[in-house]
Amino acid sequence: MSRIQKTLAALKADCRQALIPFITAGDPRPGLTVELMHALVKGGADVIELGVPFSDPMADGPVIQRASERALAHGVSLRDVLGMVAEFRKTDAGTPVVLMGYANPVEAMGYQVFAQAAVAAGVDGVLTVDLPPEEAEECAATFKRHGIDPIFLLAPTTPVSRIQAVERLASGYVYYVSLKGVTGAATLDVASVAAKLAELQSYLSVPVGVGFGIRDPESARAVAAVADAVVIGSRLVQEVEAGEAGLAARLTEFLASVRAAMDTARR
Amino acid sequence: MNDKLRYNQPDARGHFGQHGGIYVAETLMAALDELRVEYEKAIADPDFMAEYRYELAHYVGRPSPVYHAKRWSELLGGAQIYLKREDLNHTGAHKVNNTIGQALLARRMGKKRVIAETGAGQHGVASATVAARYGLECVVYMGAEDVARQSPNVYRMKLLGATVVPVTSGSKTLKDAMNEAMRDWVTNVDSTYYIIGTCAGPHPYPTLVRDFQCVIGEEAKVQMQDMIGRHFHPYVEVPGVRLIGVEAGGHGVETGQHAAPLTTNAKVGVLHGQRSYLMQDANGQIVETHSVSAGLDYPGVGPEHSYLKDIGRAEYVAINDDEALKAFHDLCRFEGIIPALESSHALAHAAKIAPTMAKDQVLLVNLSGRGDKDIPTIAKLDGIQL
Ligand SMILES: Cc1ncc(COP(=O)(O)O)c(C=O)c1O
Repeated sequence: MSRIQKTLAALKADCRQALIPFITAGDPRPGLTVELMHALVKGGADVIELGVPFSDPMADGPVIQRASERALAHGVSLRDVLGMVAEFRKTDAGTPVVLMGYANPVEAMGYQVFAQAAVAAGVDGVLTVDLPPEEAEECAATFKRHGIDPIFLLAPTTPVSRIQAVERLASGYVYYVSLKGVTGAATLDVASVAAKLAELQSYLSVPVGVGFGIRDPESARAVAAVADAVVIGSRLVQEVEAGEAGLAARLTEFLASVRAAMDTARR
Repeated sequence: MNDKLRYNQPDARGHFGQHGGIYVAETLMAALDELRVEYEKAIADPDFMAEYRYELAHYVGRPSPVYHAKRWSELLGGAQIYLKREDLNHTGAHKVNNTIGQALLARRMGKKRVIAETGAGQHGVASATVAARYGLECVVYMGAEDVARQSPNVYRMKLLGATVVPVTSGSKTLKDAMNEAMRDWVTNVDSTYYIIGTCAGPHPYPTLVRDFQCVIGEEAKVQMQDMIGRHFHPYVEVPGVRLIGVEAGGHGVETGQHAAPLTTNAKVGVLHGQRSYLMQDANGQIVETHSVSAGLDYPGVGPEHSYLKDIGRAEYVAINDDEALKAFHDLCRFEGIIPALESSHALAHAAKIAPTMAKDQVLLVNLSGRGDKDIPTIAKLDGIQL
């Protein structure tokens, strides 16, 4: 069992849902990322999604686009991100880390080279937004061979016929994109998420996390009532954008409020 | 020698050899599948194709002539240069061949809203035009830098009823406009048809745009034999025809400030839904490009070109800004034709190689558009205030 699988299984046994915060590596500056990761864990993060900055973040709204730009202004590369994970691992051996980004930086490094370096750094899962299962056979196989969970997206537009293709390659969890749109959009409709999740879950054996548009304890609680994991990104990145003063404490505090709300949603 | 080269590309999932494919977020996968299915039905539907051809004839004014640039050829003292006059099309470029096809497809699919990315503004104008023609809402994404350097086309789009959204992220050019169009599409995928303007993007776009642009080469094949064209496809299987693609060399490929991924042997990468040669740094970040021509200022290239390079069927060269500008002025003065800056790159290469060829040899240049939109750029470079 991978670290992700163990973590999610333990939560499930406890009738709790995973809280998965997202921040962009290197935002607002590379030296701060590891400290912020620890702050997220302190606030109740079960898994951390770490964004790999990319020059052309097509699936992201303005908030995460700007985070990518801030990180790239410091020249943060995929190798630098792996370095941050390795640093984090020195003092946290338990919290799974998932890298989330776009295909090209991984392609440029090469799947094999990347997978080796990622495992050595302590990365547990990788989500490449623009690599659907049709193009991901080789990449997913390489990741799995190295013990990395390939994380795939499902969307409101995903037909039943595609769910199986995703299920065949996915491990760890699948990430259900709650809405048609980019990250940071604020149009989450919990009822439609619940309906689609019920359909998806009948075909899936892996846990399902939900992200996009979750931005406060209330929406997190509502999603936790129907999903296995709750992903929060843009709302945290906004906190980063608001300035470095007291940042780690603000992240911890916000996440703790979300955690508390989710734990009242026990099923 | 076999009289036809065998060529059957792409495969069922849009791969041209190692290039092409579908690299988009899950939300768009179903829409791309629907588009592929509808497109295949449409081109097999005689009514659809008849309407497409009717529109090309009566709305665009096709066929466009092939013109022998005799005076220029004589001055150059070598091969005979012929021009496929896409500049004479309604809207002033080849782009409209594709937007008509795609707008008819959008209408057939029941989409009421179309979006487009544009660099030079020619594709934006062609999209705005067909949107007006078929009663569709139209939003065009255009890099803020291009909005500034192609201002006549921005106003044309507005006159045609389109909304032009300046894109201020990244390099503020075509690449960033395409990112923003993708973001719009992912948000409005149910109501919206995305008209991609070049043979690139996720499958089926590279094939679909190619097929709608094939009319250029098919006409040229009839209009003259054994020659070359910029929209290569109809000539790919014709042996004895050299295919030459001209990329934007910008300030010179050695300066790094260019838009010539094929000429400079860029690595293969993934961007905007496709795998193809792509200008990037060692960490896989896309680099900023430069070209005097907004329509060529893009770090990637369509997957079929990459494939044609791989199999050696086409050659690719780069022409620098200053060479393109010289060809621009020469065509104005010697033939009375004001070419688009994009097309001026191909013209410049023709001018470069014509003197090395025999007088009975023929070069066919796809004069892809007219230069009216570039007049502010040229005037500025010449230090003239309009
Ligand atoms: C006049 C003209 N020619 C050529 C191009 C490039 O066209 P394509 O991508 O179809 O080769 C453009 C793009 O904007 C253009 O405006």
